[in-house]
Amino acid sequence: MNNDLKKGKNTPLASYDPDSFRDWIQNNKSINKLPKLVSMQKAIQDFLKDGDYVKLGGFGQVRASMSAIYEIIKQGKKNLTIAGHTTSHDLDVLLAADAVSQVEVAYSFGHEFRPMRSPVGLRLIKEGKLKVTEWSNASFAWRLKGASMGLSFVPARFMLGTDTFNFSGAREIICPFTMQKYAALPALYPDVAIIHVNRADIYGNCQIDGMIVSDDDAARASRRVIISAEKIVDEEVFLKDPDRTVISYYNVDAVVLAPFGSYPCEMPGQYWFDEYEIANYLKATSSDAELKNYIKKYYHETQNWDDYLQKIAGNKRLQDLVKIAKKEINPPLIKDVWEK
Amino acid sequence: MSETSYRLVELMVVAASRELPDNQAVLVGTGMPLAAAALAKKTHAPNLLMCFEAGAVGPDSLPRLPLTVGEGITVERAAEAASMLGVMSMAARGLIKYGFLGGAQIDQYGNLNSTVIGDYHHPKYRFPGSGGANDIGSLCTHTIIIMKHDKQRFVKKLDFLTTPGYLTGVGARERAGLPKNSGPFRVVTTLGVMGFCPDTKKMILLKRFAGVSIGQIIEETGFELLVSDNVEEIKAPTQNELQILRESVDPNGALDMK
Repeated sequence: MNNDLKKGKNTPLASYDPDSFRDWIQNNKSINKLPKLVSMQKAIQDFLKDGDYVKLGGFGQVRASMSAIYEIIKQGKKNLTIAGHTTSHDLDVLLAADAVSQVEVAYSFGHEFRPMRSPVGLRLIKEGKLKVTEWSNASFAWRLKGASMGLSFVPARFMLGTDTFNFSGAREIICPFTMQKYAALPALYPDVAIIHVNRADIYGNCQIDGMIVSDDDAARASRRVIISAEKIVDEEVFLKDPDRTVISYYNVDAVVLAPFGSYPCEMPGQYWFDEYEIANYLKATSSDAELKNYIKKYYHETQNWDDYLQKIAGNKRLQDLVKIAKKEINPPLIKDVWEK
Repeated sequence: MSETSYRLVELMVVAASRELPDNQAVLVGTGMPLAAAALAKKTHAPNLLMCFEAGAVGPDSLPRLPLTVGEGITVERAAEAASMLGVMSMAARGLIKYGFLGGAQIDQYGNLNSTVIGDYHHPKYRFPGSGGANDIGSLCTHTIIIMKHDKQRFVKKLDFLTTPGYLTGVGARERAGLPKNSGPFRVVTTLGVMGFCPDTKKMILLKRFAGVSIGQIIEETGFELLVSDNVEEIKAPTQNELQILRESVDPNGALDMK
């Protein structure tokens, strides 16, 4: 029967080996509470290398790590592999800036319920410049959980019987107890996780308002963890409510203060999507020349993240996004955004 | 737009919402599935427990249509602001009966493609991929699919099998290792509503919209569609359904762009 077991035709694009991870952790991580507050420029310089496997936090256009992505593009990082555990605007601008050579896709190249999609991913795949493999969203949740448990794989009851499985790096196994077939999903140990949170302290403790997606396990499973936070708060906030600490300091390598760090994407409880800017970007993707110009103008010709925010949005627009999140004003009608 | 006229997208959302019973949990995808579940909750299914793969379970009442299943409002007054592992595990242990998905292509066994059109390595079109669809289609016991109905989408052979329906027919899901007694339940389209024949797991026409003939639906289907002996005509959306859909489910008009 074991001869009939199938294998996905691709290999996992990140390490799934727990022993090399254990060695790395013991040689590189400190359990001491050390201050880690740095600039995003330094965090990306020190902890993200060309060719790294990167897990971006949040869910597509929600709690995206846009201020870190700004810096990755500005520093001209290349050949990254991205975990497409629902990636959207975040991955798309990285693709547009030629920073990515591989994607493990669960949800990528899409823009959720917007009336337009970016053709950037399709263009790169057709030109042979982007390698993709297929997974599902839950398979990322399972793989990161497996790594956070120090394992090399986890069994799952999805992916089975599909081309998603055939184009993945998963394999079939038989349960030794029930003799049922499972998908064995390789554990996922990213080189770097970048996670944007509502608040952190200087040591790297983090609180997240709203859904966590897989960011708790991503922080545990990654070699390097860069946190960007809307607000840096006193350690006391964490000590008095430890049950609210989603990511603990000993997993974290760098903490960066980044107000509006998810812009133009949403930050739950704090500010809404800038639909005008998302539409502006998607319209720019329709021509290669226009898109190059967009990246040059907004990423390379701005001084830093604050300058980018001022150049694209300005304080009035940013405050409107805050008011929408606080329900003080209504979000724009979608047709007003797209007909503008 | 008068209260009695409606657009095709509204007709589909209303028809799909009626397929969801009260007192059940549903795991919904972004777009029309989410709109249909929100409408069901605000009309005939007030105890519907809406679950979202990004981590939210059971928001009390959504103030507008979230633009993604991860949007912050999905956790407002919710039962859980959990993780993806948490929500998908609820489906894995049988707590979420209904799954609600869209797709780009479907075959007679309800298998779905949301990955590529054309050759995988040289695609004509690249869609986002599985997202949570493969997981929802694997783990929920009843999957409802909502999509446009034409020959390009209802095909004999998918370009890519992203999400499992009944795979190759009776017993195939179980042989593949998927949970037993699970699979597609309904397909709501621009022309009507299909189910699946219990004996063969092949798609069967159950209901049609007013003004759409059975012949037209067969004509727009690229595989042999079984037809129920008693194809019902779907009742037009009521004023109440349309008003709630426009004013309460989707007040900022996200569906207007579809």
